[in-house]
Amino acid sequence: MVMFIVAFGALYALPNLYGEDPAVQISGLRGLEVDLATVDKIQSQLSKTNIDVRSVVLEEGQVLVRFNDTEQQLRARDLLDENLGDKYSVALNLTPATPAWLASLGGTPMKLGLDLSGGVSFLMEVNMQAAIDKAVDAMVDDFRTDLRGEKIRYRSVKQENDNVIVLFRNVEDLDLGQSTLKKSYNGMEWLDNQDDLTLKVSMTELKIKEIRDYALQQNITIIRNRVNELGVAEPLVQRQGKKHIIIELPGVQDTAKAKEILNATATIEFRLVDQTGDIGQALKGRVPASSILLYERDGRPVLLKKRIMLTGDHIVDAKSGFDEFSRPQVNISLDSAGGSKMSNGTKSNIGKPMATVFIEYKATDKKDAEGNLVFEKHQEVISVATIQSRLGKSFRITGAGSPAEAHNLALLLRAGALIAPIQIVEERTVGPTLGAENVQLGFQAIMLGFGLVFIFMIIYYRTFGIVANLALGANLVLIIGVMSLIPGATLTLPGMAGIVLTVGMAVDANVLIFERIREEIREGKTIQQAIHQGYEAAFSTIIDANITTLIAAVILFAIGTGPIKGFAVTLSIGIITSMFTSVVGTRAVVNSIWGGKSLKKLPI
Amino acid sequence: MQILQLKETVAFMSYRKIAMIFSAILMITAVYSLATNKLNFGLDFTGGTLIEVGFEEAADLTKLRALMDTNGYSDAIVQLYGSSRDVVIRLALREDVKVEMLGNEVLAVLQEGTGQKIDMRRIEFVGASVGDELAEQGGLAMLTALICILFYVAFRFEWRFAVGSVVALFHDVLLTLGLFSILGLAFDLTVLAAILAVIGYSLNDTIVVSDRIRENFRKIREGSPEEIINISLTQTLSRTFITSITTLLVLAALFFRGGELIHGFATALLFGVFVGTYSSIYVASLVALALGISKEDLMPEVILKEGEDQEAMMP
Repeated sequence: MVMFIVAFGALYALPNLYGEDPAVQISGLRGLEVDLATVDKIQSQLSKTNIDVRSVVLEEGQVLVRFNDTEQQLRARDLLDENLGDKYSVALNLTPATPAWLASLGGTPMKLGLDLSGGVSFLMEVNMQAAIDKAVDAMVDDFRTDLRGEKIRYRSVKQENDNVIVLFRNVEDLDLGQSTLKKSYNGMEWLDNQDDLTLKVSMTELKIKEIRDYALQQNITIIRNRVNELGVAEPLVQRQGKKHIIIELPGVQDTAKAKEILNATATIEFRLVDQTGDIGQALKGRVPASSILLYERDGRPVLLKKRIMLTGDHIVDAKSGFDEFSRPQVNISLDSAGGSKMSNGTKSNIGKPMATVFIEYKATDKKDAEGNLVFEKHQEVISVATIQSRLGKSFRITGAGSPAEAHNLALLLRAGALIAPIQIVEERTVGPTLGAENVQLGFQAIMLGFGLVFIFMIIYYRTFGIVANLALGANLVLIIGVMSLIPGATLTLPGMAGIVLTVGMAVDANVLIFERIREEIREGKTIQQAIHQGYEAAFSTIIDANITTLIAAVILFAIGTGPIKGFAVTLSIGIITSMFTSVVGTRAVVNSIWGGKSLKKLPI
Repeated sequence: MQILQLKETVAFMSYRKIAMIFSAILMITAVYSLATNKLNFGLDFTGGTLIEVGFEEAADLTKLRALMDTNGYSDAIVQLYGSSRDVVIRLALREDVKVEMLGNEVLAVLQEGTGQKIDMRRIEFVGASVGDELAEQGGLAMLTALICILFYVAFRFEWRFAVGSVVALFHDVLLTLGLFSILGLAFDLTVLAAILAVIGYSLNDTIVVSDRIRENFRKIREGSPEEIINISLTQTLSRTFITSITTLLVLAALFFRGGELIHGFATALLFGVFVGTYSSIYVASLVALALGISKEDLMPEVILKEGEDQEAMMP
């Protein structure tokens, strides 16, 4: 059994031995998938310029092209970037060169932390208070609209801290108002005061948590989209704690550009389509004064009225779904101000098409006089839909081509409506040379430590020492194998230090066992008894001791970030594997060599 | 080969007064240093910007400092880092400048000012709130670790041992922190991780010793608690010694070949393991002894069955 587990571990550790291929990864932006036609295009372009390609693979809507060296890789990247246009993102990638048979078993090399691979990591903090403020603001607006709608008179609706206070004129109004509002809003706590005729409405803890989670989630989605456009391979965008987002971009060196892109803003505008204007004329350059010519995503020109019906900051939510005919649609919710605007704008335009324009300020490579990055305004029509009826606070857009497109549209709409601002609170950039250096150093340290212990064990425990060393070697292999297998485990420099530490501690378990065996022999027990007794007695001690170190590692994992987390993970894995190899592993070997025989002396 | 084959019991516990005084002195020194010198908190805790650059030739620190000064970074701390060509520049948090951009700005200044080809090794920026939060979390983590361990050991052994273990751990942590304070070594997140690792390791040691003490208390019929502890310590001495050697060997490898980044980490671990071994032998057992540990405390509970203490009626 032991052999099986070790072999298993070795198998999954193998991918780490194969190197990496420089490659270029081409993926479609905004949910677009790369198709075979594009693949052909890519291949023909590369062969035209005599760039040697090792392989071209189309997988999961992305194309991966491998090259023989980085020079070819860079040339290819530049070439493809120019020619494929901005529908696709072309990213540099160091792809593991795992052979196909290994990859099909799920073998991948370990993920390296940023301090080993080089790259940049950001920690962003979401301003939760702003999110809550916005929500309360919206509530104030909505209450006013609702009360007026039911013709209930009130003195004032005000915001106070995180609550809304409504002041009524008399008790009847208070009661009526409360029951009306209660019907439409849940997740609130209602406190009415008959004496000063006030109704205090506060959000429940649950509701506040909902708002927080939503603000965080929305920001994560927006950032993910932006990061995708950066063209980074294997980026990491994750929630951390209650209000932080961690972004890791391996291999990125131009942090300035990365930061600008992450801070870029996007908005949405709704405009009526100008059906009277002449598109043909407009394309030639003669656009009517009150209109503007924009393009849809697939390149079709649309003539829109300049007047903006509604801006995206009124959008509260957008969800994709299916209508009663099972066609994909997007449901949009607005706040009350947005609702009125929408209502006014559409009441006289039923049956006419309305366009949704997505506006993004993208960072270009140009700089202005002060050296700041110049932002280009990109406008694109993402949907044209016919107004079916007078629209209000919630309405839907049909006409999306597929569920994927509807989903994407919903994402974009949400992106245009930022609830809570975020800012960078921590940033770490590791240059590529340092990264490579660290890997080397760590590796050397591990080898040196291993070597020293190896020699020591042989000198001190002779043959049994060799058994212990075998276990150590197996331990190392298992650690690497497990780390390669678990997707969340990354190797960092402290992680390597952790491996070194486990090497030292794994020996401890063996020392315990061997010392005990020696003692038992000294006390006069037979060899077999001594071996048995040695393992028995040492076992519970080993368990206790290792569990306590495990506790410390788990706590570290909970509070640590980045490199520290890597250390905690590596330490924990190391402890578990070392327990296995030191006890079970060595026992198996010992039994196979000396088991069942009657011996006079033991080479220990 | 055997290094320590001791025929006679080493009377460890008779030296306990000396050990106690020795430890107390060290602990007081540590506290004193922490109070006055404080800890040289690294970037992770203070917040600010740190830039590490590599030059092609040996760096001229005075020139660099002047460069920083003239460009408005008069509060920059410029130091060598590892070799004469690697320089680390630390900047405190600033109000006016957009902090994320600071790193790149300084880099540009350096490049222009020295005219040399500069290799950007790393840039780190930690915001103020994160630094404070981290310090808080770090302290909390240590406390949580100690409490968890207290309960675990009390559960597995006996409360006196638990207190002894925790005191030993506290002693180790305090002395390690003291070392960092006295020598003014940088205390960053990796060092905190090292200290937690020391806690784990030292506990490992302490448990092994406690386990042997417990076994002997149950096995050996006669002897005062002090004698039994001495016997246990003597028996485990060989093992403690070997483990410490192997771990120290491994840590020495890290210390000398691990590079600058984990140097602090390696130092903390090295010292911590050293102190940990000492504390497992003396501090833990000392406290348990002082609290009056005896045979009865360690005996497993025996529940008398009804009528067992009387003679059998039937043969």
